[in-house]
Amino acid sequence: MGGGVGVSTTSVLGGVVKRREDPALIRGTGLYVDDLQLPGMLHVAFVRSPYAHARVVSVDASDAEAMDGVRAVYTAADVAHLGDLVTQVAVGKLRPLLAGDKVNHLGEAVAMVVADSRYGARDAADAVDVEYDPLDPVIDLKEAASDAALVHEDMESNVLLAWEGGPWGDEEAIAATQQTIADAKGRDDTVSVSIEAVNQRLLPMPMEPRSVVADWNVGYGRFTVHSSTQIAHALAGGIAQTFGLSLTDVRCIAPEVGGGFGCKLNVYNDEILVCFASQQLGRPVKFTETRRDAAGSTIHGRGWVATATITGTGDGQILGYELDGIADMGAYSQNFTVAIPFLGLFVGAGQYSFPTHWKVACVHTHTMTTDAYRGAGRPEAAYYLERAIDAYAREIGVDPAEVRRKNFIPADQFPGAATHIGFPMDTGDYETNLDALLETAGYEDLKAERDRLRAEGRLVGLGLATYVEVCGFGPSALVDLGFSWAAYKIPSGFSGSGLVRVQADGTASVIIGTGPTGQGHQTTWAQIVSNQLGIPVENIRVSHGDTAESPLGIGTFGSRSAAVDGSATYEAANKVRAKAADLAAHLLEASADDIVFADGGAHVAGSPDQQVSWSDIATLAYQPHRLPEGMEGGLEAHAVFSPGNATWPFGSHLALVEVDGDTGDVKLLRYIAMDDCGNVINPMIVDGQIHGGLAQGIGQAMFEDGDYEADGNLLKWSFVEYPLPTSADLPSFELHRTVTPTDINPLGVKGIGEAGTIGSAQTVVNAVVDALSPLGVTHVDMPLRPKRVWAAIQAAKTNGSVS
Amino acid sequence: MYPRSFEYVSPGSLDEATSVLASTEGAKVLAGGMSLLPLMKLRLFSPDVLVDIGRIPGLSSISDRGDHLAIGAMVSHAATASDSAIAEHAAALATAASWTGDVQVRNQGTTCGSIAHADIAADQPSAALALGATMVAASAGGVREIAASDFFVDTLTTALEPGEILTEIRIPKQGGASAYEKLGRRGGHTDYAVAGAAVWLDVSDGAVSSARVALTGVGAKPTLAEGVVEALVGTDGSDSAIAAASERALEGVTVLDDLFGTVEYKAHLAKVMTRRALQQAVAAAT
Ligand SMILES: Cc1cc2nc3c(=O)[nH]c(=O)nc-3n(C[C@H](O)[C@H](O)[C@H](O)COP(=O)(O)OP(=O)(O)OC[C@H]3O[C@@H](n4cnc5c(N)ncnc54)[C@H](O)[C@@H]3O)c2cc1C
Repeated sequence: MGGGVGVSTTSVLGGVVKRREDPALIRGTGLYVDDLQLPGMLHVAFVRSPYAHARVVSVDASDAEAMDGVRAVYTAADVAHLGDLVTQVAVGKLRPLLAGDKVNHLGEAVAMVVADSRYGARDAADAVDVEYDPLDPVIDLKEAASDAALVHEDMESNVLLAWEGGPWGDEEAIAATQQTIADAKGRDDTVSVSIEAVNQRLLPMPMEPRSVVADWNVGYGRFTVHSSTQIAHALAGGIAQTFGLSLTDVRCIAPEVGGGFGCKLNVYNDEILVCFASQQLGRPVKFTETRRDAAGSTIHGRGWVATATITGTGDGQILGYELDGIADMGAYSQNFTVAIPFLGLFVGAGQYSFPTHWKVACVHTHTMTTDAYRGAGRPEAAYYLERAIDAYAREIGVDPAEVRRKNFIPADQFPGAATHIGFPMDTGDYETNLDALLETAGYEDLKAERDRLRAEGRLVGLGLATYVEVCGFGPSALVDLGFSWAAYKIPSGFSGSGLVRVQADGTASVIIGTGPTGQGHQTTWAQIVSNQLGIPVENIRVSHGDTAESPLGIGTFGSRSAAVDGSATYEAANKVRAKAADLAAHLLEASADDIVFADGGAHVAGSPDQQVSWSDIATLAYQPHRLPEGMEGGLEAHAVFSPGNATWPFGSHLALVEVDGDTGDVKLLRYIAMDDCGNVINPMIVDGQIHGGLAQGIGQAMFEDGDYEADGNLLKWSFVEYPLPTSADLPSFELHRTVTPTDINPLGVKGIGEAGTIGSAQTVVNAVVDALSPLGVTHVDMPLRPKRVWAAIQAAKTNGSVS
Repeated sequence: MYPRSFEYVSPGSLDEATSVLASTEGAKVLAGGMSLLPLMKLRLFSPDVLVDIGRIPGLSSISDRGDHLAIGAMVSHAATASDSAIAEHAAALATAASWTGDVQVRNQGTTCGSIAHADIAADQPSAALALGATMVAASAGGVREIAASDFFVDTLTTALEPGEILTEIRIPKQGGASAYEKLGRRGGHTDYAVAGAAVWLDVSDGAVSSARVALTGVGAKPTLAEGVVEALVGTDGSDSAIAAASERALEGVTVLDDLFGTVEYKAHLAKVMTRRALQQAVAAAT
């Protein structure tokens, strides 16, 4: 380990270190919330609406209350004093903790049963007699946007707002962009190509459903809450806010969390309600979702319908891009709900420099809330853009790679490049990345192979797509745009923190503000600290997820944890290192400037034989009487990192597919990804994130469909009706990267949690449309289930074309 | 996913099991549990008593009895899929078993359970039907044999009486060749069948001499496609003969739609799967 600070290129950063959390997870010794058994603990089951929209005429819980082991049944009136569910972006109708006189989506909680056992709770929930008066639901997005019928009778419109740009918010400039595009359309050397597509609703379905245990200690007047959450600090704040407590009165612990994908980035009504029940009954209270609860009553993602139009010249110069869409918010707004399409707006024009007018209206419907789901707004934005570019490329007969290359923001505009809404980006080199993909994949050969097979009558297709992501949130100044987390008593915005402590035996304890839901924080953070201190990874313990000990971190989401909290930890480690240099200098009777950290300790430059160990240094730190005058004891530091911008990873993906024309069955033959997430701390973990991300994007493209029926029913209660991709359904991914470090943070890392998902759905759909293009098919909506692909083929065969 | 409360018994002999079933109202046989337990957890089905047949000796083997193979009640999908005698004499069943669910399901679920359950989209019932299997049912009143063609009555309904245990299925060693083809809900062969076809046929003197074709996924129950057989037998089994015969796959079948297929699509798929399975079987038989 060298003496200088900065990003080291030696082994620890950038090296493969096996995930240290895996042995416990694989052996089943990791502790999840549902593993927790507290003495006297009671269990919750919810009575949920079987209707999408109905008046609640009466709730009769007398039979349930009379059952053995039933402690209480609560309805809306019991919790009215707690108000609606605390919500960060409080635009639209907020969720009541329990439905009062109306239910507004299937699965909405009407009553909460608390019983001695989870079986008893379920039995009693079945015995609660609710009389409903069903009403017509508003499900269809266009119908909702038309306000033909209102979702909430006390609101004037179902449309909450429309995100429109760019540039963002400047009406004159928006009008000017629209005029520029209209002028381009008016030219006779241009064509305009539109596609209308559904970006269907998805159910997050983490392997571990959500689970929460609340324990009110009446003596201390404090809550201890274990929850399967991505945002322990916000949950603590949300509970404190609801119950009129201070942050010291609520301790939240997120132990092992088995996947989140954004759906655990919400404070949920059940989390508040179990606190209420624990306070009322003086007992710990647990609620663990069934898979059915998870499917219907945890937030959903996506759910857009939009028309995307590209206008350009016959040789591939794009002169305008327009997106006109509607995004489904569901019946109630929760944590980020209306802000999700806003994230799409940022990257609405992707890697390109053409004039863009982007508009997505946010509407209520009688369905479950939508919110952040892996990618959150950005996959939708990238989907429409990249589908439309492909449609345009096909129309003008120019290679889709060529069209993209022609329209990139050139590398020489960085630094200083900005998105279509005028937001500055950090670093980017799109052409190099695309060229690397095409070269690595052997694009020209693949095209030749496709054409050869096509001549034999086989339906083989190649799909290309690029993306740019905005993530690593930051900037801290998002607070000023209203994203302050104040509803959860966190006025701090999007900064991060880390605490590094060298213990008396020379090992290190690292406590961070964010926690993993599978991303491998225990490994990555140990690598960061090891890199700065030279303490081996195995001697570093990383703790997270307990608000009583963790410094404030808002959570692991938006591919932000390494970029923001990782950078804070890096800076904390540097502070420790500076103090350790002073301590070592004292031991070695030298100047701190001459201290070099190496081989698990420190020495004076030029005298490596006189080495002091970390344990020597730490021992001195914890024996203050030996310290020189004026030096404090202890060896730990806390740092807060406040990023000046978000980060902007990017990449390009290529898929090769074959369609069985007789059945519509799509085979994904190859998937090649060239991602650029800046510096890489642990290639194995980064590849793992891309794997999962790709699987989720491909899952949307091919398998998953969370849309409601026209009557508001959701016929997806399990993995039978909601097939997720498994490893058996996917090819071996071919992963590659270019490295364009960011200058936003000292690690140069951009974030990789969502990139795979953002880049992949359109890559697969473009490939399938390419495969079917000889038949005249120009569009198929996701998921590309065989029945749908076959129907598209049939329609093309009978009509000669299909839209 | 918490079932209503129920009693569980685990008899040590077939006699004990049949007498519990005879004397207990609302009792239900539990084999691998891969279909029964999910239904119970969703509270779609709530039997009062489960009679676990997993500890009864003698139900876990596949035996070659000279003129037929017998598959015991507790033989797993995985065992059916990997048995060499079944591969030789009942390839359609081996294939159907190998495409049932995932590895865990195949290790836990049973071939007889799949047949007794009779899900409209299940794989193995159609293979049993095409192979002309015989079902052996035991109850307190004795043992009876049921021809596969009489066994499947309706969706999730078979000819088994409430007190009966399907102790084994018998597959004749009848020569010829069999095959199974399906399109799974997740594409390829993965997951329940959107539509599938199992066929058995024999070829002599260059002509198809006899055949059975059974469909799954399309109607309320696995169904014999008699029209296909009528059109095929006597032909040379050429691709064109097969294609023409396959067109008759849906005679007498009412096609049902679901999340994974419209009526039109499933009707088309049934013909495609029939054609593909017939081509394989003809290739294997000649
Ligand atoms: C994830 C998953 C995927 C699956 N995918 C597929 C698939 O792709 N294709 C497919 O065909 N199936 C699929 N299945 C269903 C699977 O094949 C079941 O195992 C099978 O249908 C039932 O066999 P079992 O031994 O588990 O029966 P159980 O679940 O124990 O019983 C099912 C029913 O049959 C009755 N029964 C069982 N054995 C007997 C007997 N010997 N005598 C009388 N009655 C009996 C029971 O009383 C019950 O009503 C899947 C299941 C799961 C969980």
